[in-house]
Amino acid sequence: MYNKRPIISTEKDWVIIWLYAIITVIGLLCIFSVEYKANDDFFKSLLAFKKNYSKQFVYFIVCIVLATFVLLMDSKLFTATPNILYLLGIGLMMLTFFIGKNVNGSKSWIPLGFMNLQPVETCKIFTALALSKYLSRPETDFSKSKSHLIAAGICFLPIVFSLLQNETGLALVYFTFLLPMYREGFPPIYLIAGASLGVLLVTALLFSAPQLIIAISILMMCLIYFLKRKFKRNKSILVFLIGAWLASVLFVGLIVPFLFKHVFQKYQADRIFSMVGQNNPYDNESTADFSAVTVSKKKDKADKENYNVKQSKIAIGSGGFWGKGFLKGTQTQGDFVPEQHTDFIFTSLGENFGFMGCTILMLLYLALLLRIVLIAERQRSTFSRVYAYSVASIIFFHVAINICMTIGLAPVIGITLPLMSYGGSSLLTFTILIFILVKLDADRQMVLR
Amino acid sequence: MPVYNESRKNIIRLIFIALFVIIIARLLTLQIFTSKYKALAEDQGMFRKVIYPDRGIIFDRKKNAILQNTNIADLMVTPNKLKGIDTFALCQILEIDTAQFKKKIIELIIKNGRSRPSVFEPLLSDEKTAKLNESLYKFSPAFYLQDRSIRNFPYDAAANVMGYTAEVDTNFLKKHPEEGYVAGDYAGMTGLERSYEKVLMGDRGIEYWKRDNKNRLTERLEKGRFDTAAVAGQNLYTSIDIELQQLGEKLMLNKLGSIVAIDPKTGGILAMVSAPTYQPNYLTGSNRRKHFSELFLNPALPLLNRTVSATYSPGSTFKTLQALIGLHEGVITTDTKFSCSGAFYGCGSAKPMHCLDLGTFDLRNAIAVSDNTYFANVMQKVINNPKYPTVDSALSNWDNYMYGFGLGHKLGVDIPSEKSGNIPKPAYYNKIYGKGRWNFCTFRSVSIGQGEVSVTPLQVANEMAYIANKGWYYTPHLVDSIDGGDKFELLKKYKKTINPTFIPEYIFEAVHDGMQSVVERGTGIGAKVNDIVICGKTGTVENYYKGVKQQNHSFFCGFAPRDNPKIAIMCVVENSGRFGGTYAAPIVGLMIEKYLKDSITDKARLAKIEQLSNLNLMPKRIFIEIRKQDSLRHAKDLEYLLSKGYIKSIKDTVGLDEDQFDNDEFNNLKKEKPAKKNRKDKELNSQAVLPSQKKNINLKAKLKSPKRNLNRP
Repeated sequence: MYNKRPIISTEKDWVIIWLYAIITVIGLLCIFSVEYKANDDFFKSLLAFKKNYSKQFVYFIVCIVLATFVLLMDSKLFTATPNILYLLGIGLMMLTFFIGKNVNGSKSWIPLGFMNLQPVETCKIFTALALSKYLSRPETDFSKSKSHLIAAGICFLPIVFSLLQNETGLALVYFTFLLPMYREGFPPIYLIAGASLGVLLVTALLFSAPQLIIAISILMMCLIYFLKRKFKRNKSILVFLIGAWLASVLFVGLIVPFLFKHVFQKYQADRIFSMVGQNNPYDNESTADFSAVTVSKKKDKADKENYNVKQSKIAIGSGGFWGKGFLKGTQTQGDFVPEQHTDFIFTSLGENFGFMGCTILMLLYLALLLRIVLIAERQRSTFSRVYAYSVASIIFFHVAINICMTIGLAPVIGITLPLMSYGGSSLLTFTILIFILVKLDADRQMVLR
Repeated sequence: MPVYNESRKNIIRLIFIALFVIIIARLLTLQIFTSKYKALAEDQGMFRKVIYPDRGIIFDRKKNAILQNTNIADLMVTPNKLKGIDTFALCQILEIDTAQFKKKIIELIIKNGRSRPSVFEPLLSDEKTAKLNESLYKFSPAFYLQDRSIRNFPYDAAANVMGYTAEVDTNFLKKHPEEGYVAGDYAGMTGLERSYEKVLMGDRGIEYWKRDNKNRLTERLEKGRFDTAAVAGQNLYTSIDIELQQLGEKLMLNKLGSIVAIDPKTGGILAMVSAPTYQPNYLTGSNRRKHFSELFLNPALPLLNRTVSATYSPGSTFKTLQALIGLHEGVITTDTKFSCSGAFYGCGSAKPMHCLDLGTFDLRNAIAVSDNTYFANVMQKVINNPKYPTVDSALSNWDNYMYGFGLGHKLGVDIPSEKSGNIPKPAYYNKIYGKGRWNFCTFRSVSIGQGEVSVTPLQVANEMAYIANKGWYYTPHLVDSIDGGDKFELLKKYKKTINPTFIPEYIFEAVHDGMQSVVERGTGIGAKVNDIVICGKTGTVENYYKGVKQQNHSFFCGFAPRDNPKIAIMCVVENSGRFGGTYAAPIVGLMIEKYLKDSITDKARLAKIEQLSNLNLMPKRIFIEIRKQDSLRHAKDLEYLLSKGYIKSIKDTVGLDEDQFDNDEFNNLKKEKPAKKNRKDKELNSQAVLPSQKKNINLKAKLKSPKRNLNRP
């Protein structure tokens, strides 16, 4: 029976493959629209491999080959090798400190001649596999704090290296492994606390303290009202809620201002605010100093730091409902958005195809995510399930943070839009991530350990 | 497999969906409910490039272009491409030093950015353009030449008629809010350029360009689908005879005054000379601003079109009209005679009006010798005519005649700033003297064209056309037709005849007789031309400037030939002294000869042209005012030289003092024989003395003197 099975399983999930293909092709078109100038000879430049879109096209083909290769592999290979791969990944990350290539100020790239590899990026696969392996071990009892700690250690070790490499954005990605851990029984309190801290921090940057405190209080009152009945049974929930409310009010009202006024240097504070496209409201000097020259100078500087987000918002905002049409976006064609082919690729979609295009893309991503969750839940083996959830949460984090940063909801941390952004590293990583999942899913009848 | 955690999948799904909903909501507000980003995007990503069409060309009656367009180059620079350019060679061509070059580049970078082309030097001279074209390959791609269309006057004539274009200012924009001008546009400001602006400007085109992050224009938006093409301005065909105009300008050199010639059959203006005039090309190309301020400050007012904007008492030229009214009212006949025993005593003890020739004259002779008494009597009879119960009504009746002759109101010629002149109304005298407390004697000087009556040269020329045509005229105008049709109906009013009061032909014949005698044996004999029967009338006009009596204006007006009038013309030479026949008559004679015979070949006549042209009749006050302006400037120059230590003493550098100037130099200039004038002065006063030229000459002279002073032991 085993021998009669076709080499590439017929049971692989075509929905995911199609979603993958569609999103990647949309990404290619977006990169094309960023680079294409009216008088370019399309085929000539496609074949010359000088343009980013032609390179990305090559990466895409390479990815298809790799994906086929992944599908041809034995699933057992994935359960057998995670530990070695994980160590390999960590090793590669350490290697960058010696032979790393400096790209945009971070020394996290290993030059491979035809492309640059970013180990932090690829290490996500290995970490996902390692986490799955650890959680699926029969001897792991995930209700114990010790295994919580080990799992967290596996996930957070790469963070140390990425921080050392000055890749804060990519470091944050590893926090998403909290989601699969949560699914496997990790206490939700950490998840909630972590998420709400992040949300609070970002909202504290975006809104003024009084606004935020009022909003939190209203939210809290609603919660108390809805959870009224539960308090009768368990008073501690009420205590916890009030405690959380007090903590967040303190955080927003006292800690954040204190941090920006006294702990951070002024330029640091400016930077943090400009990441979300805001001017630093704790900038005391500009309000104290009435000299027009210094004020305007400061304003210029702030404007410069806001430039990315502002341009990105202008490009997306000018798209309107239907967009300006393919290759007709003036902002995209005028190179107004920096890094538009990589981290800000969403802006070209927003400008060219408007709200309609954005919503469709969002729905495609959501379909992908929900499909992965569905796949995860139909797995027999824990390994596959944890892995599927890892993939979903990585994609989710990337998509959410990347798009939020282009529309001014999140700070500008350099993380890519999965399958869309230009760059071989990113595309390869997500391709492998997804196709390992497809392979595991195809073999879902097997119990993998 | 920890089954109890399965419900958590829904929470994870919820988290996914919640965040996506937030993102979509944010996109909704960004892309649909906020319009500001769209405006910002258009602002920075799109550029409306206005394409200026060529202005219309203006032709004369023989289809010679007298105002056309020519291309002149701007030197453009793109600062970020400057590396490796031979700056020194370029500076040599442009006649600047490298420090200036650097300063200019830095200014341009500050103003316009590094990667956008800016104008390094606008409106290059032909010489520089040629040199640059030769070696431009050395300086490209940082430098290139860009053609710009400017106005050009091939004949360098008719400056005041054509007018000039200038950059519109805020005032202009306020006055013309709906016409689509923006700051930086050029528009016609005076003359035909102004009055036919709508026709000449054409339709502007708009090109939509994409712009990149460095503000460079990259490509057309959607390959030019939204663009509108520019439509060139319409050409104008005028009635001007450019050669006649040039002759007129030549004759009026070194004089204040004007000449207007009209074709009486069409009302088309043949020549319109206002002196002093200026070289119209001064106000088109480079240094336009500098030239303009010089012209603007010139006390001889070269920018004033005297033919329509200056008013004078008509003097004796008015007598022809008085004769028409007298004959038509029946108070005199052609044979009526009045005698002059030295002055007009009709008003008793009031100051008498003198006549030049004693004796008894009939109408014909009275016109010929321009007898004051005769026409005082005529007007007295008109005003005291018992047909009219009061002086009021009699004067009103007289006024109506005058209005009919085209006086006392704007004729409606097609160039701006026309004055209406003045014909005194009964109300005016009622206001001053009280009703019933004035009579003919109050305004008796009006009868000989002095006093309250004032006219523009154009009105006088038009009145000659009216007399020549025996009772009708077309509103005088410059433009006959517009290429491509008169869309704005600007020419409609010039197409219909105006024939006011019906006056029988024999009356005109009588006046014609008198006017013919003027030229043949009367005061206007200077206008005589062989083989042409000219009817004319002289005028010697007393005038005052700021309350001080000045030299008389010399007037002559007329038409020719008598039987088939082809030209009606008037000439005024301001403050020339002497009589109307002395200066204005020969000028008119030459103009008529030129127009009717097409060219003047007779040697004596050519010499006459030169003689008149060289004659300097600039009034004294103009010299004094120019001198005042110059000495102010000299004082400033000297102060500068002193402060810099170039000279040590201010003594002996002031030059001639006022009295000396008045007595010697000026009188030399004023001598009527042009041969005696020295060369320097000729240069100074030809063509609307430009102070800059004068200043240069003076400064050289001034700089010499202190040296001499210092060398003295």
